[in-house]
Amino acid sequence: MSTVILLLITGLGLGALYFLVASGLSLIYGLMGVLNFAHGSFLTLAAFLGWETARALGADSWVSLFAALGVGAVTGALFAAGTEFLLIRRLYERHIEQVLVTVGLALATVALFDGIWGTDPQFIRGPQWLAETTEILGARIPNNRFLLIAVAVLVLVGIVLFLRFTRFGLVIRAGVENRSMVTALGIDVRRAFTVVFAIGGAAAGIGGVLASHYFGYVSPQLGGSLLIFAFIVTVIGGLGSLPGAALASVVVAVLQQFANFYLAGTGDLMVVLLLAVVLLLRPSGLFGRRT
Amino acid sequence: MSTIRTTLGRLVARPLVKWLLGGALVAFVAVLPLIDLVVPGVLPGSTYTPGTLQLLALSLIFAALALSYHVLFGITGLLSFGHALYFAVGAYGLGVILERTGLSLLPAIGLTLVGALVVATLLGAVSLRVSGISFAMVTLAFAQAGSVLIRRNPDVTGGEEGLGLATEQVPDFLVGVVDTRNLFWVALAVLVLVFLAVRWFERSRAGHVAAAVRENELRVRVLGLPPFPAKLVAFVIGSVLAAISGMLYLLLQSGVTPRAVSADFTLTILVIVVLGGVGSRWGAVIGAVVYTLLDQRLTALAGSDAIAGLPPVLRVPLSEPLFILGTLFILVVLFLPGGIVGLAGRVARRRTAEDARDRLEETT
Amino acid sequence: MSAPIPGNPVLRVEGLAASIGHQPVIERIDLEVPAGRVTAILGRNGAGKTSTIKAILGLIPRSGVVELAGERIDGLLTHRIVRRGVGYVPEDREVFASLTVAENLRLAERDGAPGRELVVELFPDIVQRAGQRAGTLSGGQQQMVSLARALLNDNRILLVDEPTKGLAPKLVTEVAAALERAAQVVPILLVEQNLQVARRLAAQVVVIESGRTVHAGPADEFFADEERVERLLGVHSEGDPTSEANR
Repeated sequence: MSTVILLLITGLGLGALYFLVASGLSLIYGLMGVLNFAHGSFLTLAAFLGWETARALGADSWVSLFAALGVGAVTGALFAAGTEFLLIRRLYERHIEQVLVTVGLALATVALFDGIWGTDPQFIRGPQWLAETTEILGARIPNNRFLLIAVAVLVLVGIVLFLRFTRFGLVIRAGVENRSMVTALGIDVRRAFTVVFAIGGAAAGIGGVLASHYFGYVSPQLGGSLLIFAFIVTVIGGLGSLPGAALASVVVAVLQQFANFYLAGTGDLMVVLLLAVVLLLRPSGLFGRRT
Repeated sequence: MSTIRTTLGRLVARPLVKWLLGGALVAFVAVLPLIDLVVPGVLPGSTYTPGTLQLLALSLIFAALALSYHVLFGITGLLSFGHALYFAVGAYGLGVILERTGLSLLPAIGLTLVGALVVATLLGAVSLRVSGISFAMVTLAFAQAGSVLIRRNPDVTGGEEGLGLATEQVPDFLVGVVDTRNLFWVALAVLVLVFLAVRWFERSRAGHVAAAVRENELRVRVLGLPPFPAKLVAFVIGSVLAAISGMLYLLLQSGVTPRAVSADFTLTILVIVVLGGVGSRWGAVIGAVVYTLLDQRLTALAGSDAIAGLPPVLRVPLSEPLFILGTLFILVVLFLPGGIVGLAGRVARRRTAEDARDRLEETT
Repeated sequence: MSAPIPGNPVLRVEGLAASIGHQPVIERIDLEVPAGRVTAILGRNGAGKTSTIKAILGLIPRSGVVELAGERIDGLLTHRIVRRGVGYVPEDREVFASLTVAENLRLAERDGAPGRELVVELFPDIVQRAGQRAGTLSGGQQQMVSLARALLNDNRILLVDEPTKGLAPKLVTEVAAALERAAQVVPILLVEQNLQVARRLAAQVVVIESGRTVHAGPADEFFADEERVERLLGVHSEGDPTSEANR
């Protein structure tokens, strides 16, 4: 029983990370039709700058953890908005070229991070509480899982509120459904593009700082390794669907944990298998619109 | 002068002349190991030295691999993010069979080809149920699964360390460092065959349907042509050709590492094809040669004293070849649609236009 | 070819061509929409009527001259064209199904939505359903939301694409009445397959065939020449409107 609880909560924690990456990917794809390969780089840069911030302020305090999260969110948002404004926008409506540009950016930035911070992982520290465990029904759960889950839920609620109650949110929801009709109502939908990139980048940035606590280190490969699973989550959940991304994040991560434990470390393979099955049965994903 | 140029241009366009030029180019590349050609700044040493031949052979293998990706992306419009998987199937498949079964090289190659054919047909049939970005994701996921399998089974694949070539199974003339030139010739021959195979596919009926699918899948359906078989054929041909490149890579490098199945490696193939010019066979070949040489030169540059002496702001980016290549790639996508071949085409067209003007001026 | 029209036209289109992919969809469209009138675009299926509307709005890549009140708009992006006072009611309504009626209308509002009273007057039914998701409305109600989005704002012209397509006869009459009322405040360029509706509303007609303008002139003159109507549109001008509408 305690093993099941541990696997479940660890799975939820990992799912929280997947969601923080996949939510932005899904929104960006839903609105713009762009698959963003550079999303992992937003995350990695945020993780590094977040860690630099925490280290400068003294890594053990809660203040520096929240400062790191703030720096991570801002870093991700600015990096993402800049990417949209300077690279993606020049290739308006040319989706393949847009994907290619993000591929180039991902390759170039990961190499640059290698050059700046070195290829080896840098081990990090946080407030003492995060390294401790809490006992739930006999399972000793590492505390950082709770932080991950709580922050991911806050981000989910934040994005939902933003989409529901702001003008930009209205434009984004309409644009996901029918982008050209939004422009035909006299709205410059490109401004919404920059906004979704910034939101997605901020979520990924927060995810980067949290991922460094979950794994215990930062490395230039951090974003890329999470990105592949976030892609899978996005496709399983249905491209463009936020609830789909949330549900699929949890399903994928929990499946991964259980398969790793009970089926001899086959978690990654089971996830790919799940993807194949979902696509065979529902090619548009769990919450995707049928096209 | 201008009339000579136009005559030349018209001559090049004729099929027989094309074949002769192609043959001459192949013949020239084939004699490189026998002559002492030094190209400072481009090649690390004279063309007969094993190190340089190794690099050139590698660029030929990447050219064949890029051509195989051209079948998917350039002809059929399938943006796959898992092409490295089939390269790895070739390299690892051949490596494992040689090590485990004691078969000699040719039967082992045959067996690997059959394996690649089966894997490509199965995975292709599943992946092609979706299209566009979902297809890209699924192929990425399958390649990721392949990568996990290879890394997690070290007793079969050598894990992170990689797999060495079981040299006792391989004919002697393909093994030693002094025999690099034999491998170079094999690589050249394979590249020529791959090139001709791709050319044949492009001109076949299935190739035409595949190209029509790229332009407008809906219209192909409306015309009553099922797009799925054409796409699957293209996928399988591209994958098997990639596996052939992978086998050659194993022989040349005397081994293979899990990097061959990584997402980064697929992205490298994509970069090569886009750099050379999407949709062009020669683009794939030129892109591969340029990329391989550039990568080697930039790596050499990164380790040079000139770079070490620079301030960090310049030193850090310049000592990362992939940073420079990635940036170059972004610039090509933004400003050079059609890649190197597209640029050459534009320059040629401008020349022809100038010639036409010259002639007009001469006659008036 | 085109009949002389008094006064400056609100919209003038000359030599408009457009393609989707590499496929040309219209080749040479010339038309003028005079102030205070309804101008109907007629033509067989696939003649390029909808493409003409989309090309005017810049929703598909186009070339040629488009002037709104004497100013060139053919180089502008779609949202800028709309902001200059071009209201659009697309074919198939294109309401945002997952948004509520109120949200659909709020999205369309510009500059304080001066047309709100007209919308309330014309479509009391949908105003009552403000909180309902647009996707759950009937086809007729969706058409009214789509019309309302365009009528909320002060526009120089409305581009209305097949507003009665697929509607029951009673709703066709209602929509036609709403358009007639709207035409009192804003000129309309109307694509209409239902010839009865076109006859009732249009002062001018433009006939398109294979992506080219083949006829333009006053509506009554055009409909009086039954032989020409038959030749250009393949139907009698007295044709049964319901069969056309339910095509």
